[in-house]
Amino acid sequence: MAGLTLDLIGLQLFAGVALGAVYVLLAIGLSLIFGMLTVVNFAHGAFYMLGAYVGLWLMAHGGNFWLCLVLVPLVVGGIGLAVERVLIRPLYGRGIDYPLLLTFGLSYIIVELVRITFGKAGFPFDTPEVLQGAVDIGVGFFPLYRLFVIAATAVILFGLWLFLERTSFGLIIRAGARDPLIVRVLGVNVSKVWLIVFGMGTAIAAFAGLLAAPLQGVIPEMGGTILAEAFVVTVVGGMGSLLGAVLAGILVGVVVSMTSLFAPEMAKVAIFALMALVLLIRPQGFFGRAGLMS
Amino acid sequence: MTSKTPRSTTLNRRSLIAGGAAIAAAPFSFHTARAQEPTIKIGFPVPLTGPYGAEAQDQVRAAEVAIAEFNAGGGLGGRKAELLVRDDKLNPGEAATRALELIENDKANFIVGSLSAAVQLAINNVTKQRGVIFNSISQSDAINEVADFSKYTFHEALTPHLTAGAVGRYAFSKFGKKVAFLTADYAYGHEMVRGFQEAGKGMGVEVLGDIRHPIGATDFSTLLPRLQSMKPDILVINNFGRDQQIALKQATDFGLKKTTKIVVPIMLFTGRQSAGLAAFDGVVGGTSYYWGIEDQLPSAKSFNDQFRKLHGGRVPSDYGAMGYAGVRTVLQAVKNAGTVETDKVITALESLKYDYYKGPQYFRKCDHQSVQSVMIIECKTKDMRNDADVFQVVANEAPNEANLRSCEALGHKA
Repeated sequence: MAGLTLDLIGLQLFAGVALGAVYVLLAIGLSLIFGMLTVVNFAHGAFYMLGAYVGLWLMAHGGNFWLCLVLVPLVVGGIGLAVERVLIRPLYGRGIDYPLLLTFGLSYIIVELVRITFGKAGFPFDTPEVLQGAVDIGVGFFPLYRLFVIAATAVILFGLWLFLERTSFGLIIRAGARDPLIVRVLGVNVSKVWLIVFGMGTAIAAFAGLLAAPLQGVIPEMGGTILAEAFVVTVVGGMGSLLGAVLAGILVGVVVSMTSLFAPEMAKVAIFALMALVLLIRPQGFFGRAGLMS
Repeated sequence: MTSKTPRSTTLNRRSLIAGGAAIAAAPFSFHTARAQEPTIKIGFPVPLTGPYGAEAQDQVRAAEVAIAEFNAGGGLGGRKAELLVRDDKLNPGEAATRALELIENDKANFIVGSLSAAVQLAINNVTKQRGVIFNSISQSDAINEVADFSKYTFHEALTPHLTAGAVGRYAFSKFGKKVAFLTADYAYGHEMVRGFQEAGKGMGVEVLGDIRHPIGATDFSTLLPRLQSMKPDILVINNFGRDQQIALKQATDFGLKKTTKIVVPIMLFTGRQSAGLAAFDGVVGGTSYYWGIEDQLPSAKSFNDQFRKLHGGRVPSDYGAMGYAGVRTVLQAVKNAGTVETDKVITALESLKYDYYKGPQYFRKCDHQSVQSVMIIECKTKDMRNDADVFQVVANEAPNEANLRSCEALGHKA
């Protein structure tokens, strides 16, 4: 192919990692919730969209982007807590399809409520002023805001890692993911742990939605497509595995980006081709434990 | 429903249920209803949901102006007109179903609407079979071709051949000959690319590449580095609605404007208003209408004023204005014919010479294409009088059949 230079491939890689960053944030939330609660959260895309809309609302009422980065996860995480406590908790122990159907229905309700409140048309979302424009990253010009998205994702991942590895609560979460029954026998209040994990997952999804808003604007349906892609990421990485979600998220971003370079029309299909390939070779995904779904 | 835009699908559903109830009740109220003549019903399917929603909503607003104007003028001997707005969701199947419902259940006399080069063909298919006049208000080259055309088909909007031709002739002579395309992968994009290429023939234009993206795309970051590396003089972005806003914003973020002139076949007023100056700054595009020409054109002034009055001071957009012209041409033809009978209205439309908002227009006999002007616009960066004062017209290609594809090229016998 003419004009194919190392610089172009380098830029394309960066574009892929930036794209992957948003997948990673969505997928770790999904994975966290599935690994702990065995809930396949179909409302995750709706929480992602809510994050963008709450950000939009806060910005319109005098907030700034940096404040939103803190407040949006808190607000939507709070909604997540309420959803777990009121709607999902009664369904524990009933089989995996009950919460799946519940969250599926919930996602429709949330999207419809947002349409009623904010309208169907969608809104643009300004990139914060200091992050506008492109910078030279050695291989060419790359949007500063996309670099910020990569950095913000890295910070969230590092924070999450510290929380899970270095706090006693994190220890309980990790133990609960391995064997909730034993953790309960040891006298730990598992339902409280599950509540917080669900809240954290939704908060991270909302954070991802807010990060995505300046890239593409805000519409009620924005969580739909990306949820499907985030599920692919969790399946490729292994359901319930955080490390898997991170690696698979970046991989999917890079695969989309590289396919776009050579065959743009194949980019969307490439995601699912990758999933099929991984599932053929390793049915549980990169780091998944076999039999978690059964 | 005459003066209200359905804000959500629930409203649509409710009105459908109400319509259903009315039909169910019809046998009992038949004798009383007989006394009063039914309203003239204009079915108006547009994609209120989806990436073209903002433009579609403005089409509804402008169509309401045409209805209000007709009714205020006494209608057809006292018989009023009514607009039946439906959401086609930018989906050909949905649009065909809505069009069929409008004709069968709602007894629509005419169909005006659609906002997609692809979806309008689905509506046209239905109206053609049912023998109902359809006046399309969005761009398409195919709808005038003999395979899709019927005597019931009218096309108020510009065609991609005409639009891309005008923009291409302007841009290639001014900004350079090396051209790359970023194109929405459906009829609109394909037809625009063809229009630009045909305009570029004989001008020494070299096409460096054409990258396609799916309709409703939200991320162009994986396509832009490749386009940048082609080092074109001109990047033509052939997409529409929210796709256009996002593509322009991301192209700006990637710093493409530093080296390349960005050109769009249609520069959308709604898009510029919603995405802001930064994304659209420096971009050159075509348009069917810009409200700012009212200083020079009385018909534009009169239309804008009516629109402002009905919609709280806002001004109509380009695509919105076509909603007005699309409905008004049909209603004027009804008035001229003195009836809603299809064949007589067709004859009246064919002989219509009109200047409703953008200067003189008429329907070409062979393909019912509205012959009209194309404007070339740029963003204003200073001296803006108000929020809506965003563009300046830098060129105006007068209505000229020679700029359309010939009747023979479309397959019609001349």
